[in-house]
Amino acid sequence: MVSVRRRTAGAGAASSVVAVTSVLRLDGVDRSFGDRQALKNVSFEVAAGRMTGFVGGNGAGKTTTMRIILGVLAADAGQVTWQGAPVSREARRRFGYMPEERGLYPKMSVREQVVHLGRLHGMTAEAARRSTDALLERVGLTERADDLLETLSLGNQQRAQIAAALVHDPEVLVLDEPFSGLDPLAVDTVVGVLRERAAAGVPVLFSSHQLDVVERLCDDLVIIAGGMIRAAGSREQLRRTYTSPRFELVVDTDAGWLRDEPGVTLVDLDGARAVFDLAPGADEQPVLRAALARGPVRAFRPVTPSLTEIFREVAQ
Amino acid sequence: MNTVQATRLVAAREIRVKLRDRTFLFSTLLFLLIAAAATVLPPLLSGGPSSVAVTAQAAGPLRDAGLEVRTVPDDRAAEQAVRDGEVDAAVVSGPTVLALDEAPDDVVNALSTQPPVRLLDPDAVDPVAAFLVPFVFAFIFFITSQVFGVQIAQSVVEEKQTRIVEILVAAVPVRALLAGKLVAGTVLALGQIALVALVAVAGMAFSDAGGLLPLLGPAIGWFIPFFLLGFVLVAAMWAAAGALVNRQEDIAGVSTPVQLAVMLPFFAVVFLNDNATAMRFLSYLPFSSPTAMPLRLFTGDAAVWEPVLALVLLLVAAAAFLLAGARVYEGALLRTNGRTSIRAAWRSRETVG
Repeated sequence: MVSVRRRTAGAGAASSVVAVTSVLRLDGVDRSFGDRQALKNVSFEVAAGRMTGFVGGNGAGKTTTMRIILGVLAADAGQVTWQGAPVSREARRRFGYMPEERGLYPKMSVREQVVHLGRLHGMTAEAARRSTDALLERVGLTERADDLLETLSLGNQQRAQIAAALVHDPEVLVLDEPFSGLDPLAVDTVVGVLRERAAAGVPVLFSSHQLDVVERLCDDLVIIAGGMIRAAGSREQLRRTYTSPRFELVVDTDAGWLRDEPGVTLVDLDGARAVFDLAPGADEQPVLRAALARGPVRAFRPVTPSLTEIFREVAQ
Repeated sequence: MNTVQATRLVAAREIRVKLRDRTFLFSTLLFLLIAAAATVLPPLLSGGPSSVAVTAQAAGPLRDAGLEVRTVPDDRAAEQAVRDGEVDAAVVSGPTVLALDEAPDDVVNALSTQPPVRLLDPDAVDPVAAFLVPFVFAFIFFITSQVFGVQIAQSVVEEKQTRIVEILVAAVPVRALLAGKLVAGTVLALGQIALVALVAVAGMAFSDAGGLLPLLGPAIGWFIPFFLLGFVLVAAMWAAAGALVNRQEDIAGVSTPVQLAVMLPFFAVVFLNDNATAMRFLSYLPFSSPTAMPLRLFTGDAAVWEPVLALVLLLVAAAAFLLAGARVYEGALLRTNGRTSIRAAWRSRETVG
């Protein structure tokens, strides 16, 4: 599968043929539970070869959205398409899914149940066995392969869960909180495995409330709040769109004068060190010149806002 | 992959896991031992032909009757042999039969002339068998549907409790999950019964109690289809009950109606088996027909068309319960917070294409 360039997110522009055929797309998906509308007109895309982070607070609609993609829940309106066609059960069988609440059969061995899940996804017994052995090797569980799942540590059970989601070499990966409960080593293993899949051209959608992990991992970002998509696009683009340019200045004396500079909003002032936002369209060079006019400048650099800040800004 | 293949995979897993389950293996072994003991032991315990002490001149007719004869010089020696417990009985002049505390029927029979007997209703069954056989049928259906029903519910709950159900539902149709469990439960239940029946038949043949077999044949032949449909009916209820809860501990709470639906007909058949009107009714009622109809066939008071009609009624009921059970199962399977009411489950089935 070829890796394709992500089309500009949020733009309604007609997409290229390549992009349509390798994109998982949600279009105007609604879902209610009783009186509560959990999803309102949810639309976004997950492109092949991209790691797409799906972030939102508790109850924002992440899990409901993922369950609808996997056909575990039905949408009240709207549709999910993969490669340009509505997702059928047959297509979903080639999706890989890791639900938020984890679990496999406690009284089955790791190998046996991963093979079983591979077969349920349509693999032959032989192919499922081969794939299972390779995956268990990859996540470091080969030595525990014949042990009952319940005898494994939680971290190792999580690794088994990843193997269970990947055994059938899925065309699309949907992972609900794949990193929660993982120790740092396991996070690295899982990140490695997911990156391999993305590099092989698989669209990977993963949700997480650990924004630092998402920040480290994702190429694209979808932000949901109150059942509505608040922002979607590449990480860089969202940064540019949703945060004003921010700078850090370190001088020798007090930097309180910045307060009176035109276009400057002080974010943080600690004696000689200041962090400030510039009004949209304002130029940072006059600020630098003003600082130099007052004495030596030890540091002057743009500050990249963290995902947390974008999230706060967007999810209000 | 279609629903049938998915069903087969699900069923194969259930059976594989069960066959490695110690509790299941031990219970099967226990049933086999009981079946063997029940058929082999009674004839063995009742002993072979009596041994009898007798003087040489009176030994002839006893020997001809196949008794174990011990010749003694005189009547005093014969009596002493009985008192010492060396023989079961003795025949002394008179002739008088001596024994310690129980009249030895075979010795008495060997010495008497019996009038010819002409049976007017030759199908009529030995009253002991007439009580025991229906009880065994009812008991097998009761125990098996209860034990395997609980296991089906446990397997449903296990998948909910561990949340693996979400992965399964994303991969295969919910119907295949349910069908696979029911198929596995039925195969295991029938397999266990067949094994027990085999041992029982072998035991009867071994202990020469085979006289009952030709009589039992038709009843057993009818019992199998009745059992099969009755089991599916009960199993569908168990699966639905399991889907309503999230923890193994809660199964007991939701399964009371299911247990009663099996238990009440069981006791009705056991206690009313000599009440013809009640039995006629019970033999058509879908919950009790799996035990009541084979029983009426065994005692020979059911017309040829009656089991067919009862079977059709049972089939309709089983199909209806299967559909209703499937709907509840589908509606409740993914509700993993707390107990789901049947009403909520009935309404909330997801209709994913």
